[in-house]
Amino acid sequence: MRNYVLRRLISFPLLLLGVATFAFLLSHLTQADPLAALVSERQMNNPDVVEATKRRWGLDKSLPEQYLIYVGNLVTGDLGISFRTRRPVLTDIAERLPATLELVIFAMLFGTVSGVGLGVLASRFQGRPIDSAARLFALFGSTVPVFWSGLLLLYILSVKFGVIPGPGRLDARSVAPEFVTGLYTVDALIAGQFSTFLNALHHLLLPAFVLGWSVMGIISRLVRASMLDALGQDYILAARAKGAGERRTLLRHALPNAMIPTLTIIGYSFAYLITGAVLTEAVFAWPGIGSYAVDSARTLDYPAIIGVSLVGASAFLLANLATDVAYAYANPRIKLG
Amino acid sequence: MSSALASFSQTTQRWLAAKPALLIGLLIIGFWIVIALTVHLWAPYDPLKIVARKLQPPSLQHWLGTDALGRDVLVRTFYGARYSLAIAAAVVFCSVLIGSVLGALSGFFGGWTDSVIMRVVDVTLAFPPVLLAMSIAASLGPGLQNAALAVIVVWWPVYARLMRGQVLDVISRDHIEAARAGGASRFRLLTKHVLPLSWTPTIISATMDFGQVVLLAASLSFIGLGAQPPTPEWGSMISDGAAYFYSWWIAFGPGIAILSLGLGFNFIGDSLRDILDPRQGGR
Repeated sequence: MRNYVLRRLISFPLLLLGVATFAFLLSHLTQADPLAALVSERQMNNPDVVEATKRRWGLDKSLPEQYLIYVGNLVTGDLGISFRTRRPVLTDIAERLPATLELVIFAMLFGTVSGVGLGVLASRFQGRPIDSAARLFALFGSTVPVFWSGLLLLYILSVKFGVIPGPGRLDARSVAPEFVTGLYTVDALIAGQFSTFLNALHHLLLPAFVLGWSVMGIISRLVRASMLDALGQDYILAARAKGAGERRTLLRHALPNAMIPTLTIIGYSFAYLITGAVLTEAVFAWPGIGSYAVDSARTLDYPAIIGVSLVGASAFLLANLATDVAYAYANPRIKLG
Repeated sequence: MSSALASFSQTTQRWLAAKPALLIGLLIIGFWIVIALTVHLWAPYDPLKIVARKLQPPSLQHWLGTDALGRDVLVRTFYGARYSLAIAAAVVFCSVLIGSVLGALSGFFGGWTDSVIMRVVDVTLAFPPVLLAMSIAASLGPGLQNAALAVIVVWWPVYARLMRGQVLDVISRDHIEAARAGGASRFRLLTKHVLPLSWTPTIISATMDFGQVVLLAASLSFIGLGAQPPTPEWGSMISDGAAYFYSWWIAFGPGIAILSLGLGFNFIGDSLRDILDPRQGGR
């Protein structure tokens, strides 16, 4: 077991290097001209300006040189400077990370709780209308474009009925709580500003639902399958024979066993959340790294988009590592090769 | 011949009767394919021409209203099926081709071929798909073809991993050993004995993925990296709808279209799995 964890930890930086190389190569093997993003159209005819800009941003060096500089900088945590904001990419990302984290955490909570709930419900009523309805609702979540459902729900709930606030993390008149974690809900509680806490929560509801809905389908599908598996086992028969009620049989005997495979998918669905967060943030004007990525991609700001991809890939790899290790502890029977 | 045909149609009917989801899926996808192929013959409006006042809500003349320039949204949605279906078909075909060939080689030959291909697969799959597709599409420059290319780069590793696992499984069976002992060449072994038994999971997975590919391509267009105006592509139409937030009807049709394609391919894929791979069935 310790060997397995150790081996995964060693391969982690290698994978990261592969990820960095991949991103670097891609943006350099293409014809998109980063100069166009830096120099105004009129100045493009001025060789002095073009030369100076190239030198300033290191674009005059050979590709291998640029690569070595890039990787060397990465090791020290330097992701380069964004063409668009003219600030270090790491600073930009660090500033926007808490907003994304808050959204993803709430979406994950919603997606997991409702996904497990729906899965259990569907398995309990297998083959009946409730089963079909639960499966269909979950399938809708993983098929619907979040940038569409977000838009439409925002229009209906905010404009038509006024029960949900508009885009953003807080109302315009609310002031962000003093920075501790960067998560507005947590910071507001720490500062004892209960109304700010409620306001932040209110703003989180819809985006977290839209984003969480997209992973609910994956989770409920697996919970349903593993519940059906578990319910066919002898120990369920034994539990029923000794007189355990339906609820107790389902929740105390079947669910814990069904949760072991589910644990894995919850970890992996993190990737879907990062993916969905990019588009959800774009719709809800959420000031996180997702909307940063979208703005960077639109302006061909490749240091920024590579930076976000790197952070996304590292988060994803870390989540997978944590999942696999957690899985190993939760289920000692499996051997990890 | 006619009896073979009759038995084929009987089998098909039995499948459809046993699997209402398959029927619904086929109807949805059939609907969109017919629309895509024939829309230019009967559409009352030109999808690129201004035909009415701008931002009109749905009416009898314009069932889904008009967009910010005064073009008919429903006609544009129907034309959008051409782009989405064509992109999805091209992307899935290329990804399956590249992924299966590399995955099969990887599993069949092992050794350093395997190591190199699988490391590339690992690294590609380490990226969250949308972020990687965005990076690629941004560096290739905006455009429909580049967006499709970006989605292919993101998608092929899935099939490579799938095919490799399947080939490794098949290759360990006894009849492969028998064929080898019988003197079959490596090429013959791979093409005649291993591959025919390795296809099923790829076909199922590719069917299910169609909807996801439509979604990813539309996402890129929504961001502004895929189809460019005035192309009536679903993602960029939803992006128009976001710009004119209070005119909800602009984004309504394209969203329903993406959703229905996703559901349709899912229904078909699910039913295919039950039929082709009964061991995995009933889930």
